[in-house]
Amino acid sequence: MGPDKNLLERWRTTELLLLGGSAGSFKLLFQMVKLLPADLGKIVIIVIHRKRNFFSEIAKLFAENSRMSLREIEDKDVLEKNTIYIAPANYHTLIEKGGYFSLDVSEAVWYSKPSIDVTFECAAEVYQERCMAILLSGANQDGAEGMLKLKNSGAVTIAQHPEDAEMDEMPAAAINNGAAGYILRTDEIFKLLHTQ
Amino acid sequence: MSDTSIIITSTQITELIDLVRRVHGFDFSGYTKASLKRRVVRIMQLKKMEFYDLKHTLVNDQHFFQYFLEEITVNVTEMFRDPSFYKALNLQVIPYLSTYQHAKIWCAGCSTGEEVYSLAILLREAGLSNKSFIYGTDINTEVLREARKGIYSLRSIKSYAENYQFTGLKGSISDNFTILYDAASVHNELKQNTLFSVHNLVSDDVFNEFQLISCRNVFIYFETELQERILELFYKSLCPLGYLCLGSKETIRSDAFKRKFKVINHQENIYQKIGT
Repeated sequence: MGPDKNLLERWRTTELLLLGGSAGSFKLLFQMVKLLPADLGKIVIIVIHRKRNFFSEIAKLFAENSRMSLREIEDKDVLEKNTIYIAPANYHTLIEKGGYFSLDVSEAVWYSKPSIDVTFECAAEVYQERCMAILLSGANQDGAEGMLKLKNSGAVTIAQHPEDAEMDEMPAAAINNGAAGYILRTDEIFKLLHTQ
Repeated sequence: MSDTSIIITSTQITELIDLVRRVHGFDFSGYTKASLKRRVVRIMQLKKMEFYDLKHTLVNDQHFFQYFLEEITVNVTEMFRDPSFYKALNLQVIPYLSTYQHAKIWCAGCSTGEEVYSLAILLREAGLSNKSFIYGTDINTEVLREARKGIYSLRSIKSYAENYQFTGLKGSISDNFTILYDAASVHNELKQNTLFSVHNLVSDDVFNEFQLISCRNVFIYFETELQERILELFYKSLCPLGYLCLGSKETIRSDAFKRKFKVINHQENIYQKIGT
């Protein structure tokens, strides 16, 4: 069964795709990056928890396998479509009203910097119903709160089905607090992203 | 984690910026709004205040304003944050500093002093302790008081030890501290060559000439126009061929300043003043 019609329509019109994940999400994100076409016509932001202090091997690995233009975010980068942005380690990534990023070294949220909550909350304020967020596998509760704000501001929110997630705590938290508008199986998520 | 019930509008942020400027003379209008908003919400959560209470207290309680100032700016810092930066500094800049009879260094936005002491340790390792002096400045008197004390928790020093390991410096970070129970106090030898004082990058001017200015992870809180005003201040404060270090995600973007600063290390955002 394919994704529902309403969801497909929202995917087609969404301007910003947010992908959040932690433990157990790396492979999925890697496959998504590989899948997305160069001319997707959307902005993509990936927030993934990782060890601090190590120069972004992830961004390098992703860039080598992406058809879209891909970069690790630097302060005041402008959000442009057909680009995948990776949140840098040891900073929170904020989105400003003018459509650019600003970085922040303030306290970790859920022991995480970057925090998915922080970026999701900013996206909720700036992009509102013009964005879609997918929360993947992870072993803490980061992302659930931010996803709730996204949902309340009209965004499409999707949690990976906990049974499919390598670590179910993160998507489960978003389901439990009512933040997940949709709960999708991994293959359904890929089908959706594959739809032009 | 955060309280979803507190919502601050952009108009309210503007209102607060105006109020702080009029009553206390601090101008936050060039600060990035998303971060300011998060900080204000944080203060309201910590103090369990409504927006109205916050405004009222800001006007009427000077002590509260000091607290506000401390909380509105981000004072999260660490020793040897981004070890690769210190490695690059050691290789590419220290040899230049050693050619001076006396090198002056400005650490702008130094918060509680961790970066000043990291630089002091680096200089000592390079044998430049007696030939250098570090000025640490911040807008916030309370963090400067902490910086002068130079006492950090043993736990945090342990976490900086990992950073230190990756800098390629010899010895161990704990060689620079006297440890007493769960506190680590910076050796006086390192403190001797430091001075901490108040300086507001938004409103204060040149106060000395420096061979090196380090201002890392401060620009991220400023809008582009303010960044450029401060770049001009740094340019004027540097000696010819002096060095400027920004945070590893902070790049000089404006063409005008790209002509005034040569890139020494692209990855670590180390620049050198050129032109006149």
